[in-house]
Amino acid sequence: MLDLSYDLPKPRVIAGAKHDWELVIGMEVHAQVASNAKLFSGASTQFGAEPNSNVAFIDAAMPGMLPVINEYCIEQAVRTGLGLNAEIHLKSAFDRKNYFYPDQPAGYQISQLYHPIVGEGEVLVELGDGTARPVRVERIHMEQDAGKSIHDMDPDMSFVDLNRAGVCLMEIVSRPDIRSAEEAAAYILKLRQIMRYLGTCDGDMQNGNLRADVNVSVCRPGDYERYRESGDFGHLGTRCEIKNMNSTRFIQQAIEVEARRQIAILEAGGEVDQETRGFDPVKGETRTQRSKEEAHDYRYFPDPDLLPLEIEQDWVDQIKSSLPELPDAKKARFINDFGLTDYDASVLTADLDSAGYFEAVAAGRDGKMAANWVINELFGRLKKDDKDIDASPVTPAQLGGIIDLIASDAISGKIAKDVFEIAYTTGRDPAEIVETEGLKQVTDTGAIEAAVDEIIAANPDQVAKAQENPKLAGWFVGQVMKATGGKANPKAVNELVAQKLKG
Amino acid sequence: MTDLNTLTLADARDALRRGDTTSKELTEACLKAIDGAGALNAFVHHTPEIALERAAEADKRIAAGDAPDMCGLPIGIKDLFCTEGVPSQAASRILEGFLPQYESTITAQLKSAGAVMLGKLNMDEFAMGSSNETSAYGNAVNPWRRGNDDAQLTPGGSSGGSAAAVAADLCLAATGTDTGGSIRQPAAFTGIVGIKPTYGRCSRWGVVAFASSLDQAGPMTKTVRDSAIMLGAMCGHDPKDSTSANLPVPDFEAALTGDIRGKKIGIPREYRMDGMPEDIEKLWDDGAAMLRDAGAEIVEISLPHTKYALPAYYVIAPAEASSNLARYDGVRFGHRAKLEQGDGITELYEKTRAEGFGAEVQRRVMVGTYVLSAGFYDAYYNRARRVRTLIKKDFEDVFAQGVDAILTPATPSAAFGLGEMTDADPVKMYLNDVFTVTVNMAGLPGIAVPTGLDKQGLPLGLQLIGRPWEEADLLSSAYVLEQAAGFVAKPGKWW
Repeated sequence: MLDLSYDLPKPRVIAGAKHDWELVIGMEVHAQVASNAKLFSGASTQFGAEPNSNVAFIDAAMPGMLPVINEYCIEQAVRTGLGLNAEIHLKSAFDRKNYFYPDQPAGYQISQLYHPIVGEGEVLVELGDGTARPVRVERIHMEQDAGKSIHDMDPDMSFVDLNRAGVCLMEIVSRPDIRSAEEAAAYILKLRQIMRYLGTCDGDMQNGNLRADVNVSVCRPGDYERYRESGDFGHLGTRCEIKNMNSTRFIQQAIEVEARRQIAILEAGGEVDQETRGFDPVKGETRTQRSKEEAHDYRYFPDPDLLPLEIEQDWVDQIKSSLPELPDAKKARFINDFGLTDYDASVLTADLDSAGYFEAVAAGRDGKMAANWVINELFGRLKKDDKDIDASPVTPAQLGGIIDLIASDAISGKIAKDVFEIAYTTGRDPAEIVETEGLKQVTDTGAIEAAVDEIIAANPDQVAKAQENPKLAGWFVGQVMKATGGKANPKAVNELVAQKLKG
Repeated sequence: MTDLNTLTLADARDALRRGDTTSKELTEACLKAIDGAGALNAFVHHTPEIALERAAEADKRIAAGDAPDMCGLPIGIKDLFCTEGVPSQAASRILEGFLPQYESTITAQLKSAGAVMLGKLNMDEFAMGSSNETSAYGNAVNPWRRGNDDAQLTPGGSSGGSAAAVAADLCLAATGTDTGGSIRQPAAFTGIVGIKPTYGRCSRWGVVAFASSLDQAGPMTKTVRDSAIMLGAMCGHDPKDSTSANLPVPDFEAALTGDIRGKKIGIPREYRMDGMPEDIEKLWDDGAAMLRDAGAEIVEISLPHTKYALPAYYVIAPAEASSNLARYDGVRFGHRAKLEQGDGITELYEKTRAEGFGAEVQRRVMVGTYVLSAGFYDAYYNRARRVRTLIKKDFEDVFAQGVDAILTPATPSAAFGLGEMTDADPVKMYLNDVFTVTVNMAGLPGIAVPTGLDKQGLPLGLQLIGRPWEEADLLSSAYVLEQAAGFVAKPGKWW
């Protein structure tokens, strides 16, 4: 694998009334594990089912019901850990996090506080401008999701839907290594990309399958470096946690307004209270949800219903050997093997389907040309129709066929776009389109020469002008192309026009 | 045949196989005995229709000739076991009206073995108590009395209803559960046999949880042989319980050879408490002598951390209970308090739990919440867990020295009077568990066997503690003790 080297991005500096401040951000990302059944029950995880239809007795915490670990969820967590180059703990354990809420039927959530399944890892967060930041992952632990409380269906009552209760989540906890709102968004998107490559989380943020708690604090320039050197959090400011964000746009807005709120407090001589806050996107502000005094005492203790989880290194190795090529490696390979730009490689490796499509088109062809066609023509056209790559009416073989027709001088790039459009709308084969529609470009210089001669003869005034100013030769080229229905080889036309004008 | 309800499981099984009687007759005899024993308040939900239906099925199986041991035998089920479509309340008001849609693994196994369920048995609320007085149904009553004194005595707890029912011949046997002594103490108080198997032997699935790391179900029977028979039907691996052991189930009854020659029986010196009643001390010595006479070697042993067991137990058990009982919130099942206009979710929780839980349960939920809370966790819960590890090691060391079983008293006294401890310091009640909790803390099998009467004519029991997973061996020693003691006394019928 080719290592790509990046410069570190500059931290976001916010000018306060008195002096400059820097942002420090850590994130807890909750990713719903892609699995058919819940973490401790056989109930389905399918989204959109009738309320309370995907509920096993244990999901409703019926008396005497016991949890049994879903091995596939463990495998998914291990796979995710390996995808983040993280340490896999062969021994982990589940703890109970106790709190009362109707959508938490047992009165506790089964989680992993003391012994998470995945330890330290790292994620490279590229910002698209040639800079990238390695963000350290502290841990990934597994836990149950809660159900859903619905408060707006009845004036006097609340309702609870337990379909989601017990679904397996991975909580991916970063170190406070993120230094701007933009990096925060890029970080969660990078996690999303990796997990989608791995097939461990579908990354659907809109439905809450990927969401984040964002810890924001501000410090004075230089303090962060002192923290990194010493490991002493005392150098950093007091953080506030903005809960449950499931949009990268709102994450960025929330970070900016929260940082400004903290700066205003600090510059007025106040202190930031460590607390949980929520973001109101309508008002564009964060608001206290739970102060430190109101913070829950979760009374964590090891869940006595579950034995410590022990997995074998052999099993981990097996999972490791089944990992797909991950985004960083794939991108590096695309740059290296196909000569792509960093930007094009990023676009093409954004998801596995795009990358796979591109590779199929580029196989045995010019990589740059393939990238251009996939990104500019195909993606552009799909976007217009709001279609995903996997719904593309043009197959990689067809798009490759168009590129082959250009490469063999059978059609010009301009005609190729017409061929593409026909192929896109009708699904017809490009070679057949060119044949049937008579779009094959004229490379017979005799025929082109005749057309050039005809136009020169018919336009003596233009000839005179063009001889004065060679830039006007383009007019003749255009006329010739028009006369040949665009099928003349543009290179041949250019050469002949230039030659003939010289006299 | 008369008094079919007084038969042991083994005798009834053999009679059924010989065709001397039918399950229907056995069941009817028990139902009649139950009807006449309202004063004992042992059965709290009666299921005669289910019983007769299962008896008829059992008779068919027996006639077909392929019936398992338990087939056709009428038994009682502790209210802690969830039984499908039958009230399962853990003797708590908070589970009022709760009808499980599922059957606990143990009762399902008994059912498929052909056992006949007569009804649900009284107990302390959520199995928290040693006298059956915390039950929402009111206490069960011990069929035994002190001489001619008609003062009502406790059958012990928490499986008090099970003990009273078996001792009074209302059923041939009953299920019990034991978190700190809840099978063995009531068995000792009522002159019957009760075994708590190794933690992980019996599935906990469908049994209302008290303290998950300590809870273990077991049979309560008239004889050691009956315990062997019934335990065989109750235990086995259950993939629905992650703490259930994947081990084969031996033929426990076949292990009752009567031969314990060469076995080493330990007498732990730390169990000889100051102020131990003379009767108990004599019972213990006599028991040791009986085992010696049968060819066992009696050795004094030391379990040095014994004195820390009870306090550590009363940290760990409430801690787990406080979390296990959080689900009783009035939202999905059981009792829900009537709310006032303007009440919210907090009031729903507070009122429901205040109305639904009795005083002892509330006390333990509060203790458990306290010992797990920030700032106290290490001082209480974590320290108690360390003590637990040391207690386990005490036993491991003794077993490593070649000791096969340990003989102790089952309880520090005979059955006490109902209401006698009502106003006492709760710790006094907790002291009932002093000989039994260590066994739960270490996850070991323990059995209570009646071996004598005290001066007032009340039954007393001894406890044998065995190596993990060696219930067969433990039952074998208990059988020898039972045979040697020849305990045949029965309570005089006053109810």
